[in-house]
Amino acid sequence: MKRPGRNTWDKIATAVTATSVLLILFIITSVLVITISGGWNTLSWEFLTQFPKEGMTKGGIFPAIVGTALMTLIMTLAAVPLGAITAVYLAEYASEHSVFAKTIRFAVKTLAVVPSIIFGLFGLGFFIKFIGYHIDSAFYGGQSHWGQPNLLWASLTMALLTLPIVIVSVEESIRTVPREMREASLALGATKWQTIKKVVIPGSLSGILTGTILAISRGAGEVAPILFTGAAYYLADIPHKMSEQFMSLGYHIYIMSTQSTNVDETLPIQFATTLVLLLLTFSLSLIAVFLRYRIRKKAKR
Amino acid sequence: MHLRIKQAMTGEGIDRLQPETSSLLKKRFRLSDVLAEYVIKSVAFLSITFVALIFIFVFRETLPLFHRSGQPVVKEQESQTAGNESLKPESYGSGDEDLKPETYGAESESLKPETYGAEEVLQPETYGSVETPDNMAIYNEEPVTLNESNRSAISTLLSKDWQPVSDNPRFGLLPLFLGTFKVTIIAICFAAPLAILAAIYTAIFAPPKLREVIKPAIELLAGFPSVVIGFFALMVLASFFQDVFGYSSRLNGFVGGIAMALAAIPVIYTLTEDALSSVPATYMEASLGLGASLRQTAFQVLLPAATPGIFAAVILGIGRVFGETMIALMATGNAALISINPFDSVRTLSATIGAEMNEVVFGDTHYSVLFLIGSLLFIFTFTLNALAEFYFRNRVIRRFQGK
Repeated sequence: MKRPGRNTWDKIATAVTATSVLLILFIITSVLVITISGGWNTLSWEFLTQFPKEGMTKGGIFPAIVGTALMTLIMTLAAVPLGAITAVYLAEYASEHSVFAKTIRFAVKTLAVVPSIIFGLFGLGFFIKFIGYHIDSAFYGGQSHWGQPNLLWASLTMALLTLPIVIVSVEESIRTVPREMREASLALGATKWQTIKKVVIPGSLSGILTGTILAISRGAGEVAPILFTGAAYYLADIPHKMSEQFMSLGYHIYIMSTQSTNVDETLPIQFATTLVLLLLTFSLSLIAVFLRYRIRKKAKR
Repeated sequence: MHLRIKQAMTGEGIDRLQPETSSLLKKRFRLSDVLAEYVIKSVAFLSITFVALIFIFVFRETLPLFHRSGQPVVKEQESQTAGNESLKPESYGSGDEDLKPETYGAESESLKPETYGAEEVLQPETYGSVETPDNMAIYNEEPVTLNESNRSAISTLLSKDWQPVSDNPRFGLLPLFLGTFKVTIIAICFAAPLAILAAIYTAIFAPPKLREVIKPAIELLAGFPSVVIGFFALMVLASFFQDVFGYSSRLNGFVGGIAMALAAIPVIYTLTEDALSSVPATYMEASLGLGASLRQTAFQVLLPAATPGIFAAVILGIGRVFGETMIALMATGNAALISINPFDSVRTLSATIGAEMNEVVFGDTHYSVLFLIGSLLFIFTFTLNALAEFYFRNRVIRRFQGK
C-alpha cells in the first residue's frame, strides 16, 4: 500500500526539475531575443561592409569582421592538423594504460580548463616577448617588428586555446569508425598507417569538420586571449601582413560598451555588433551540434 | 632462420630466399609506417609541451619579483630607457634655457642680462658637465630603486590596497582575492542548483524524445561568447537588477556573479548529465523493481551514486568562473574594495590582468605582479582540474566497479 502523499512528492520533484530546465531555456531565449531586437534595425549590408566613421560612433564593422575571419583562418590552419593528429594518436596508437597517453589526456584537459586570460599572458610572454623578441634581435637588428602584438601571435594563441576542442571531437568520431572496417583493411594486408590513412581518417571526416566548426565558433567569440596579443582599438585599414594588428568583433563590443566616449549614442551599433557575433557563433555551434548528433547516432548503431 | 631474417632485414641476399618468404619478410618493416607513428607520437607530445611552456613562460615574467638573477634582462631594458632619458634631459634643458631667460628678463630687465649673458657663456659647459653625472646618477640609481620597489612590492602583496599606479604603488592582492571569491560564490550558488536540477530532469524524468532536444539546446549556451554574456549583463541585467533591488552602484558583484553563472551552467549541466547517465542501468532497474518511485530512485539511488561526478562538475564550474575575464571586466564594476556586501563593486583577479596589462611598462614591477596573478590563477585551475580528474574520477570508477 502506498503511503499518502508519495504521488504528490513525485509530481513536485518532476515539476521542480522541469522548471529549472525551462528557466535555463528562458535565459537562452531572452539573451537571443533581446540581442536580436536591439540590433536588428541597425543591421544592414552597409553596416557589414563599411568602415567605422567619426570616432566609431557611426559606420560599419567591416574591419572587425575581416580581422575575426583572418584570425580564425590562421587559427584553424594551426589547430586542426595538430589536434587531428593528436586525436589519431590517442584513439589509434596509445594503449589505455600507457602513462604517456594518460599524461597527454591530462594535458589536453588542462588546456581545456585553463582560463582564457592565461593564454593571453602566455602569448605575450612566449610569442611576443620571447620568440618575437629573438626574431627581431636576430633578423631585424633589434627593431620591433615581430616583438609586438600582431595577427600571427594572436591566432597562434587562439589555436592553443581551441586545440582541446578539436582533439576531443575528432577522437570521439574516430572511435565511431567500426572495428570491422579496420580489421578488414588489416586482413587485406594493409599496414596500420595505411589503414589509418585510407579507412579511419575518411571515416571520421565529419568529426574533423565538427571540431573545426566548434573551434571557429569558440575562437571567433573569445576576447581575453587577444586583449594583449594583437587586437587593436581602431584601424583605418584591414591587415595585409601577419605582423599587423587587427580588429576583432568581440574586442569591438568590449571597447564600444566600456571604453567608448559615448556609450549611449552608439548603443545600436553595439547591439548590432553583438548580434553579428552571436549569429555567427550560434549558427556555427548549431551546425556542430547537429553534426555531433549524427555522429553519436552512428555510434549507437 | 635467424640469419635469413637478418639477411632479409639488411637486404643482403634477399633474392636468394624463396619469393613468398621474402615478400613476407619485407612487409614486416615499413619505413613509412614507423615514421608515421613517430611523427604522430611526437605531435601528440606537443600538448604536454604546451602546458609546460604555459607554466614556464607565465612564471618566467614574475621572476624579477623574487630573484636578482631574473633581473639582467630587465636591467638592460631599464638602462635602455635610461639611455633614452639621458637624451631627453638635454632637449628639456635646451627648452628650459629658451624659456627661462625670457621670464627672468621680464623680471629684471636692465641689470641682469649682461651678467646673465656672462654666466650663460659659462653655464652651458658646466651644465653639460653637470648633466652627465646627473644622468649617471639616474643611470646608477635606477636599478637600485627598482630593487627596492620590488622588495616593497612583495611586502605590499598582502596589504589591503590595490593601487598599482600611484607615487607609492601598493599591490595588495587581498581585495582582488576577496572580490573573486565573492563573485565565484554568488555564481556557483546560482548555477549549481539550477544546472544539477536541470540535469536530473534531462537524465531521469524527461521522456527520451524530449531529452534529445533539451540537451543540445542547453549546450548551445556554451556556444555564447563570454563577451556577449558580459554585454547582456552590462546593458540588460544590471539595469533590471537595479530596478528590482534598488542598490546604488549599477555594476556590482551580484550582477557579475549572475552573468558568470550563465557561463558556468552549461559546464555543470553537461558533466552532471554525463555522470547521471553513466550510473549502471542495473541500479535503476533494481530500485524500480523493489517498488520505489522514479523520484525516490532519482534522489536516493542515482544521485548518491553520481555524487563524485557531480562534485567534479561543480569544481570545473568553479574553475570556469574563477578565470572568467570578459564578464568580470564588463559587469562587476572593477573597484577593488574590501567588503562582503554582494551589491558592492568588485574587481576580480583575471579582470585586473585584462584591464591593466595594456597600460603597464614592460619589465615594471606592476607588470611582474600581473604575471604573478596569472601564475596564481593557472596554479589554482590546474589544481582544481587535477582534483576533479584524479580524486573524483577514481572514486566513480571504484564505486561502479565495486573495487
